[in-house]
Amino acid sequence: MRSTTKVAVASAAAVLMMGTAAYAQKTVELIKARGELVCGVSTGLGGFSVPDSAGKWTGLDVDYCKAVAAAILGDGNKVKFQALTAQQRFTALQSGEVDMLSRNTTWTLTRDTALGLNFTAVTYYDGQGFMVPKKLGVKSAKELDGATVCVQPGTTTELNLADYFRSNNMKFTPVVIENLQEVNAAFFSGRCDVYTTDASGLASIRKNDAPKGKSDDYVILPEIISKEPLGPVVRHGDDQFLDVVKWVIFATVEAEEYGVTSANAAKMATDTKNPGIKRLLGSTPGMGKALGLDEAWAMNAIKAVGNYGEIWERNIPALGLPRGVNNLWSKGGIMYAPPVR
Amino acid sequence: MSTVVRPPSGVVGPVAWVRNNLFNGVSNTIITIVLIACLAYVLPMIYAWAIGDAVLTVKPSDDSWWGYEFAPNADACRVADGACWDFVTEKFRVFIYGLYPQDALWRPTVMILLLFGMIGVSVNSWFWGRGLVIAWLVAIPGMFVLMQGGLFGLSFVETGKWGGLPITLIIAVTGIAFSFPIAVVLALGRRSDLPIVKTLCIGFIEIIRGVPLITILFMASLMIPLFTPEGVNFNKLLRALIGFTLFSAAYVAEVIRGGLQALPKGQFEAADAMGMSYWQKTNLIILPQALKLVIPPIMNTFIGLFKDTTLIIVISMFDFLGAVRLASNDTTWRSFYVEGLVFAAVIYFIMCFAMAQYSRRLELKLDTGHRTDAAPRKPWFPGIWGPGQNSDLR
Repeated sequence: MRSTTKVAVASAAAVLMMGTAAYAQKTVELIKARGELVCGVSTGLGGFSVPDSAGKWTGLDVDYCKAVAAAILGDGNKVKFQALTAQQRFTALQSGEVDMLSRNTTWTLTRDTALGLNFTAVTYYDGQGFMVPKKLGVKSAKELDGATVCVQPGTTTELNLADYFRSNNMKFTPVVIENLQEVNAAFFSGRCDVYTTDASGLASIRKNDAPKGKSDDYVILPEIISKEPLGPVVRHGDDQFLDVVKWVIFATVEAEEYGVTSANAAKMATDTKNPGIKRLLGSTPGMGKALGLDEAWAMNAIKAVGNYGEIWERNIPALGLPRGVNNLWSKGGIMYAPPVR
Repeated sequence: MSTVVRPPSGVVGPVAWVRNNLFNGVSNTIITIVLIACLAYVLPMIYAWAIGDAVLTVKPSDDSWWGYEFAPNADACRVADGACWDFVTEKFRVFIYGLYPQDALWRPTVMILLLFGMIGVSVNSWFWGRGLVIAWLVAIPGMFVLMQGGLFGLSFVETGKWGGLPITLIIAVTGIAFSFPIAVVLALGRRSDLPIVKTLCIGFIEIIRGVPLITILFMASLMIPLFTPEGVNFNKLLRALIGFTLFSAAYVAEVIRGGLQALPKGQFEAADAMGMSYWQKTNLIILPQALKLVIPPIMNTFIGLFKDTTLIIVISMFDFLGAVRLASNDTTWRSFYVEGLVFAAVIYFIMCFAMAQYSRRLELKLDTGHRTDAAPRKPWFPGIWGPGQNSDLR
């Protein structure tokens, strides 16, 4: 779901050949002049970017758009969301149609280099897994030889699947279905033995799409066969904006470490004696200047969307996902922000 | 004293209709019985799913005019066997209006009503005339202003936030309205004696017809921004509208050319013999006949265009179907996406069916009796209690 399709590569390659990498405008200035951040999001992915019933975008990816807008413009609502399909996303960023992409995109070497993009930081660590009906009695993905596997096409999910089975000398029959809801239906009706997609997707599908009351009849196998670090992306050629997006993300993680939340940020800024918090929230100036932003950049971002933990709690538990590796490094996860100083 | 003698009961009336239409002959009788059996099997299941076991949660409310209000309940849906219409009531706002700002929803509402009003007036031949053309020329920009705002104290809503039914209707109506005149010009141009005009028209039609609509939309939305400086952005909806219009124009042009070729040569020669100029001949003799001939295939193309509007999703604009699918991504509700699609199908069917009915009415109205085939059947359902046999109403 989150990987380059051939179309995206081809169109992005076309972009490079046309030499549009020459953009060196100051994105931050552009955003300030325009008065809003244009942020590319998905065309609907629960928990990450999806409109609620009132038509407002919500989700973890959406919150990072708001955080960046708050850091630059002081107002988290000054974002124009641009929904992008998987095929469109990189060209839209290349062509300047969007300032940044916050669209559950996996950080890979080719995307970070040849596509002319820069990944900023990881906002969500994901990985591909397998789900099977409990009654199969399968305990490990290594026992899946000969299985029929439901998978969505056109993504690295399909590729990872083939690689994994080949490297373990196993055979499988893929059942390839484009539409998410239709793959779900195929799996739960028993058309395939195994369902593979990103682990976050599996958990949410097990919770929300299994036939009523049957969630416990399905298990997610322990093997994670790929690394899918997801995070916002910007164009090559504007280091300042890259820094801004990167450090807004780090600031939310740092804030969670310090216990700074959207509710107590303003009070913390004046009351705290912790020099780290003072630097983060701008009571000790310098950080904002270094980024070319207002000293209240992190304060505004945190006031707008909260720290990483708050962003997580708002969006992800509804999917039925545990915090897992996305917990802070100090709590057993791998979320680790360099120091703000 | 005269007595009214009723025809014997086996000749008219329902029994006769059934005998004549459903059971005349062995094979027809078998087919009828098989079909009835199939329906008897399928209909109860459909009924159970769509109505019998379906979930539509309402609760009493004092504010509502009908005494109730919808109270969508996903948990109730999960334990039910039937359809979850709560999904439709929960997401109705997104289905119809897409991501349009909540506080300005009255604007797309007025726009939709205005558009349906205009269409209602326009299909009535009593209103045909220059006034109607002017009314449309005022109404179309008016609808854009209403939707986009930025004037008359209306807040500005950029086209990226438009969505749902208004997008579908705007594309379909402007596509149809503007492609038709372009198509007439292209069709005439293609039959022209002037070599350059002819070549241009053929080239345009063949190029556009040779490329999938999805490619045109993709080009319009992705490639154009690459050639313009960063920050300069043509309106995406406008680009898509131009794409739809040109695409539809190429197809309709070929349909009209078919109509032109179907006219007997004598019509052209007679007009020439009368000393008419090219435009007199075209306007008074040729086009009225040719266009009337091609009403069914033109309507066919337009209904196709109406449904093709859903392709706009490839450039991430959410038309009605796109909005339904977008709303179906909500984690809580996404297992009920089928209900959303059924709802969308019903809406699309109503609109396409209305277009088809209108085209039949138009054919009947403009029929001057030169046709060699049987007259078209009357629109809607021919009275089944009528005079037996297949009702040729002539």
